[in-house]
Amino acid sequence: MGEFTVHRVRFFHYMPSAVRALAFQPQRQKIAVARTDGSLEILNRADHLFQEKVIPGREQRGTEALAWAGQRLFSAGLNGELVEYDMQELREKYRLDASGGPVWTLTCNPQGTRLAVGCEDGTVKLFEVCDDGIQFERNLAKQKGRILSLSWHPSGSRLVAGMAGVIWVFDAGTGQSVHRLLVERGTGAPRSKECVVWSVVCLSDGTIVSGDSSGNVKVWDGDTGTLIRNHQVTKWDVLALSVSQDETSLVAGTSEGTVVQFQHLSVVLGREDKEWVQTRTFKNHTHDVRAVLELDTAVVSGGMDTQLVVRPLLDKIDVKTSASALRKIHFPHRRLVSCSRTARLLLFQHRIHLELWRLGESEGTGDSLPIKRKPEKLLHLKTKGEEHICCSALSPCGGWVVVSTVTNLRLYRLQCDETISITKVSKLPKVVSSANQICFSSDSSYLFTASTCSSVHVLALSQSGCTFVCTLKPKSCKRTYNWPEFLVSASRTVGHCVLDLVIVCVQAYCTVPVYSSGVTAMSINPATNNLFMVHADQQIFEFSLEQKQYTDWSRLVHRKGLHPQWLERDTPVTNVTFSPRNPAHVILHDMYMFCIIDQTLPLPERNSQLVNQLTLRSLPEKERRAHSHAFKICKTFKELLFVELLEDQSLVVIERPLLDITAQLPPPVRQKKFAT
Amino acid sequence: MVEQTDIRVVRCGGSKICFSTFLICASGDSVKVFSTRTEECVHVLHGHANQVTGVALNPANHLQVYSCSLDGTVRLWDFIDGILIKTFTVGYKISSIYVSNKHIGVIFIILPMQKHFQLVAVRLPSALEQELEARELSAVLSDVSPVPACTAFGQGVSPSCLIFVCFRFKLKATDKKGARNAFTCVACHPKDDCIATGHQDGKIRLWRNFNQKKEYTYSTQHWHHNAVSALCFSPEGMHLLSGGVESVLVQWHCKEVNKKNFLPRLGGAIAHICVSPDGQMYSTSHTNNKITIISSFRVSAVIQGLVKGAKNKLPHLMIDPRTKALVLNGKPGHLQFYSLERDKQLYSLDIVQQEYIYQAGLDQFEVVKAALDGTASWLATVEQRGSKISSLEFSLKLWSFNEKAQSFELNTTITAPHQNMITAMCFSPAMDTTMLVTVAKDDQFKVWLLGSDLDEQTSWSCEHLGSYHGLQPTNCCFSGDGSLLAVSFAEVVTLWSPDTWELLTTLCQPPGTIEDLCFGRLSCSKYLLGTTTKNLLCWNLLTCALEWSTSMDVCVLRTDPLSENVAAFCHNSGKTDLFVFRPSEPRPLFTQKAVCVGRVQRCIFVPREDPLDSCDEWSQWLNRSRLHFLTEQMELLTFSTRAEDERILNSRKELLVDDSVAMTPFYLLLGKHRQQQQEKQTSVPSQAADRAQLPQGCVAIRELLHTPAHVLPPASFLCSVFLNSLLISNTDEKELPEQEVDSEKEEVDSEEEMEMNNGPQGVRTQGSVGEAPPSLSRAEEKELRRLRKTDFSWVTSLTSS
Repeated sequence: MGEFTVHRVRFFHYMPSAVRALAFQPQRQKIAVARTDGSLEILNRADHLFQEKVIPGREQRGTEALAWAGQRLFSAGLNGELVEYDMQELREKYRLDASGGPVWTLTCNPQGTRLAVGCEDGTVKLFEVCDDGIQFERNLAKQKGRILSLSWHPSGSRLVAGMAGVIWVFDAGTGQSVHRLLVERGTGAPRSKECVVWSVVCLSDGTIVSGDSSGNVKVWDGDTGTLIRNHQVTKWDVLALSVSQDETSLVAGTSEGTVVQFQHLSVVLGREDKEWVQTRTFKNHTHDVRAVLELDTAVVSGGMDTQLVVRPLLDKIDVKTSASALRKIHFPHRRLVSCSRTARLLLFQHRIHLELWRLGESEGTGDSLPIKRKPEKLLHLKTKGEEHICCSALSPCGGWVVVSTVTNLRLYRLQCDETISITKVSKLPKVVSSANQICFSSDSSYLFTASTCSSVHVLALSQSGCTFVCTLKPKSCKRTYNWPEFLVSASRTVGHCVLDLVIVCVQAYCTVPVYSSGVTAMSINPATNNLFMVHADQQIFEFSLEQKQYTDWSRLVHRKGLHPQWLERDTPVTNVTFSPRNPAHVILHDMYMFCIIDQTLPLPERNSQLVNQLTLRSLPEKERRAHSHAFKICKTFKELLFVELLEDQSLVVIERPLLDITAQLPPPVRQKKFAT
Repeated sequence: MVEQTDIRVVRCGGSKICFSTFLICASGDSVKVFSTRTEECVHVLHGHANQVTGVALNPANHLQVYSCSLDGTVRLWDFIDGILIKTFTVGYKISSIYVSNKHIGVIFIILPMQKHFQLVAVRLPSALEQELEARELSAVLSDVSPVPACTAFGQGVSPSCLIFVCFRFKLKATDKKGARNAFTCVACHPKDDCIATGHQDGKIRLWRNFNQKKEYTYSTQHWHHNAVSALCFSPEGMHLLSGGVESVLVQWHCKEVNKKNFLPRLGGAIAHICVSPDGQMYSTSHTNNKITIISSFRVSAVIQGLVKGAKNKLPHLMIDPRTKALVLNGKPGHLQFYSLERDKQLYSLDIVQQEYIYQAGLDQFEVVKAALDGTASWLATVEQRGSKISSLEFSLKLWSFNEKAQSFELNTTITAPHQNMITAMCFSPAMDTTMLVTVAKDDQFKVWLLGSDLDEQTSWSCEHLGSYHGLQPTNCCFSGDGSLLAVSFAEVVTLWSPDTWELLTTLCQPPGTIEDLCFGRLSCSKYLLGTTTKNLLCWNLLTCALEWSTSMDVCVLRTDPLSENVAAFCHNSGKTDLFVFRPSEPRPLFTQKAVCVGRVQRCIFVPREDPLDSCDEWSQWLNRSRLHFLTEQMELLTFSTRAEDERILNSRKELLVDDSVAMTPFYLLLGKHRQQQQEKQTSVPSQAADRAQLPQGCVAIRELLHTPAHVLPPASFLCSVFLNSLLISNTDEKELPEQEVDSEKEEVDSEEEMEMNNGPQGVRTQGSVGEAPPSLSRAEEKELRRLRKTDFSWVTSLTSS
C-alpha cells in the first residue's frame, strides 16, 4: 500500500440533528425519517437501508409528525402547517395551514384516504386525501387541551386521541367521543404534574395501548374503557409506541434511551387467552428515544442522540446474514466535504453555511509530524434565506465554489493567494435555478448541475463568467436518481446514463446496465476512462466507457465474488477517488475504514484474511508478495467523513469522532448508575 | 479391630426443602429436620453412608421425603417421626434429585456417566420390602450439570404427556462475545410457561413462548452485581426470589416487573432459596452454614451451624472451658463459639468491630490469632490487615470475661504491639499470674502482664522483651505448670524461666527450623516435643538431650490436656495419617492411615463430659477426650468408637417410641420431669396411679384423635365406647389380659360380632365394662346380651296400634 503523509482533519464540526419522527411505507419498504431541523430522509429498507433521498429542511420549521398516505408523504409541525412532499423533485409540493394552532400529531388511516391532525386548540381535524392535494373534511368534538397523540383503529372507524391526563375515543363517522379514559399520575408524582399521554396505539381487537409521562405503558380495553394491565417501564417518560403489523409485538421508546418490547403471548402454551408481556429491553441510545418503528423482524429507533438504530429481532430471523445485524446510522450517505487537490483547500457544508479551510503543512519524519503551518479557516459563507443547503462543491483548481438550496443556486469566484477574495458570479442562466447534485470537470472548465426532471445542465466557466452550454436529458427518463456523482446522472428506469466528458457532446454516450441496488459512490478514472461504481449492497463494478462494457477486472470480481467480510460491512462507500500516480489504485472509504484497491494484485480468497495489513507487516519481505491481495484496508482512522489523496501523495482524512457529537448533545435524563 | 468409624462431616450447607412447620435440610451424611418456629433440630435422619446431596418431598405423600446421597441410594423417610421407610439402591453416585407431581412413582436423578452427567428417570419399585433395588433406569438427558440448581421441573406444557421442562446448562453463544452470560441456575414458574434463569453477570432472564417454532423470547432483569446463585418462584407464581453473593434476598413481582423488594444483610452469600408450599415462609441457606427462615418478608428465625465460609486463620482450635464450645473464626472479623454436642453456634464475638463490606479484592481486618487462658477469663486476639510490611496494620486485643453479662468485654487494645506480624501467642497456665507471651517476626518475644489492681481499670502492659542472637522466633509454649517457657528461634529451642526471665538452656537439633512446640502432660511433662518440616523431635528436659526423633512431615501436633497422649497428623503423599502416642513410649498407641485427603489444618482434643470406659487398647485414648480436626476443605471431622455409635443409635430408637411429640428441649425437660414424677408415683402405690396412666395409657383417645375423620364410624356410635374407655377401672390390670382372651373367644362363638370388638381398645372397653358389675357371672352376662339382641319390635307395633 505504501506510506502516506496523512492530514488528520478534525476541525469539521459536523453536527447531525435529532430524529423526531419515523414512518414506514410497507409496500415499497421505505422508511421516512424526520429530523428536528426539518429535513427529511428516505431510507430504502430493501436496499440495505440506503439513504436514497434527502429533502433539506428550513430554519424555524421543525417537523413533529410524519405520515404516509399510500405513496405520498405528509408532515406536520408546530408552525401549524401540513406539508406534502414531492418525492421526484425532492422538495415540498405544497403547504396548508391546518388552522388549529401548532400541530402535534398526524396520522393517516390504514386505507390511506383520511388524515387526522391533532392540534393545540384541542381539535382533531380530518382531512381527505385527494389526487391533487388534501381537503378539510370535518372537526371532531373539541376538547380542552392539546391533542398529543392519535391512532386510528385498523378498520378506520374509530380514532383514539391522547391528551394530558385523558385518552379520548372518537367515532370517526359521527365525530362524537365514545369513551373517556382517565390516565392516573404515577404514585409519588407531584399533584401539579399531569400525566401526559405521549403516544397511543389502537389494535384491531379494540385494545388501546398508551405510553405516558409517568413511565407507564397501559393496556386498555377499548370497548369497556377499563384498564387491563399496567407496565411500569421507566421512571421517566414513554415517548413513542409502535406495533407490528400482525399485532403480536409492540415496542415503546423511553426517555432513558431504552426501547422496551412487549409481546402478545399466551401464558400457558396451547391456550387461547393471551397477555401483553414485557420481554426484551434494548439499550442503544444515550438520550430520549423520540420515535420507534416495529417492522416484524427489526426495531428501528431514533432520538435525541441523532443516530438511527436498526435492531434485529433474532427470534424472527431464521438465517443470520449481514442484513440481520444491528445497524447504527450516524452519518448521511453522501458527501459533505469537497476538496481541491491542487490548491489544498477543503470545503465543508453545514446546514446554512459553508466553511473553506486551507490544510496545514508539516515537516520532518516520524509517526506524528510537527506542524509547520496550522490549518486556517479562510472563509465562512452564509446563505441567504431560511432554506438549508442542499449541495455544494469546490472546483479542483480551487477557483470556484458553488452552493445550492432547493430554490437557489449561487456560483462564486474564489481567489486565494495571499488575501482571500470572493465574488459572486451574478448572471447565471435562468434554467440553472437549483441543483440536487453539482460537480466540476477535472480541469475546472465546466460545471454540471443535476436538477429536476433528470436533466443535467452544463455550464462553461471562464475568467469572465459562465455561459450555458446545453442541457443533457435522458430520453425516456421520468425520475432522477438523485445521488449520482461526477458528471453522471442516472435514472433507475433506463439504467445509468453516462456522459462522456472528455469530449463534451450533446448526446448520451452510452448506458450502463441496470443493477438492483442503488449507487452510493462512483467516479470516472481520468487515466483509463473507466467508470468505477460502488453499490449499497457493497458490490463493485467497473465499466469501460471506451468499450461500452464492463472491464475484465469487473467481470473477474463478479465471477469470483467479493470477500464475505467485505459484503458484511454495514456502512456504504461514500467516496471513490483514484491515485494520480498509479491509475490502478482506487481509493474508497466508508465510515469505519478506507481501502485502496490495487487492480493488479489477485483478489482475496474467500477463506483468507481480508484485513491483513498487520499480518503482512510481520512477515518477511519475500512472503509478503504471496500473501498480499487487492484489497488493502486501513482501519486506523474511524468515523470517517471523507478521504482524498492530494497531488503530493499525501492523504486527507476527515474524522468526526462520535464522542464529540455526544459531547455536544444536551445532558440525558439523570439515571442512577450502579457504583456511582 | 479398629472401631472408629472414620470421618463424619459435622455439617455442610446443603440443598434443602421447606415445609410449613418443618424445614428439612441435607447436612453432611444425614438429613436434619428443623422446626421453623423454634429453630430447633427435631430429628436427624441417619442412614446414608456418604454425603447427602439432595432432598425432595414425596409428591404423593406430603409427610414423606426422598433423600439421595453419593452412596448410591435414595431413601424415603417419614420426617415427622424420623423413620426410614424405604431404601432404594441405585448403584451410582447421585448428585441431585427431582420429583414431579405428574410422575408419581418416578424420580429423576442426576448420575455421572462416563465423562459427563446424565439426567435419569428411575421407576421406584413398589414392593413392600424395606430395601429395594431400583434398576429401572431410563436416560432422559445427557450432559447436564451436576449442580442441583441447574435443573428444574416445570408444569405441564401440553396436557398429554410432555410434562417436565428440563434445562440444559451449557454456555450459550449469544450475541456478544466475552459477555459473562453463562447460566448459573434455573427455576420454572408453577403456573405459566415461564422459565427464569440466573446468569454469571447477575442478570435474570425470564424466558417465555417455548413453542415449536423456537420463537422464544425473554426479558432481562438486572439487580445483582455478581452471579445469581439461587432462584425460586413462590407457589402461586406471584413472586420470584433471587439471591447471590451480596447476601440480599430480592423479591421480584412477576406481574409488575420493575417492582422489587429487598431483604438485605442476611449475613452471608445465599446458596439456596426455597418456599414453603403455602407460600407463607421463605428460607435461604447461606454459604457460611446458616439457614434463615423468613416469614412475611422478615427474618423470623436463624439456624446457624459452624461458620466455615472464611478460611480459618487461627493457628489453634480452642475450647472454651466454660461452655465446652469450640472457638474458631466465624463471620469475617468475628470469633464463633460453636457447641460440638448441639451442632450449633452458641454466639459470635465481634472482634474487629467494623462493618464488613463485601467486595472482591478489598483488604479487611481479620482475626489471625486468638488465645484463651486456662480458666477462660481472658481472651487475647490479634487482628491484622495487609500482608506486606509496608501496609501491615495489626493490633492485639485483650478481652476479659464479664460474669454478669456472660460475655467477653474489651479490656486493652494494643496497636502495633510488635514491629512485624505476630507468629505465635500463648497464655501462661500458671494459676497465680496472668501472663501472655507473644512471638513476632521482628526477632523478639514480648511478655505482657495484667497491671496491678491499684486502679479500678486494670490493663495489660509489656513486662519483658526477649530475643536470642537476632534469630527469628517461630513458636512458643509454656510447660503444663507454667514454670518453663519454650521459645523456638529458627533451629534453636530456648527455655526460659518465667520468674526471672533468664535463659535456662538451649536445645538444638539442626537441620530445619522448629515449627511446632509442645510440652508433654502429666507423667510425661519432662518431655518437650518439637516438629520441623521433616522430623518430629522429643527432648528430655531432665537430661537436656534429645530423647528420640523420627522422620515424618508433621502438619499438626497437639497434646491431650487430660492424658499423656499426643496426636500428630503427618502429611504423606497427598494424604494425612494420624499417630497417637505417648512421648515416653517409643511405639504409637494408635495409627490411622489416610484419615483424609490433603493436609489437616487444625486439631484439638475435646474433653468428654462423661468418659467412656472402653478398655480396648486401641480406643483407650478416646476415653477421656475426643479428637476433632479440620481438613483443607474446612470440614470438621471427628473420631468416634463403635460403642458410641451404638449409643447414638439406641437413643434414636428411644425417640421413636413416642412419635406424637416433637423432640424439643422443652419436651425433654418436661418429659424427664414427668418420668421422675411417674417413678415416684409408682413407688408409692396410691389411687393417683390410675390417673397417671391416663394420658398415655388410653389408647382409645389416641386412636380416636389420630384416625382420619372420614374413616371413623359415626360419632353417636363411638360415644359410648369412648366414654367407657375414660372410666377408671378399679380392678387390677394384671387380670385383664386373660379375661380379654376369654371374652374374645366367646365373641368368635357368637354369631353376631360386635363391630368395636376387633380393635384392642374395643377389647379393653369390653373388659372394663365387664368388670364394672363384678357380681354377674359369665352365664348371666350371656343371658343379658342375648336379651339385648332379641327383637322387641313387636312392642313398638303394639304401642303404635
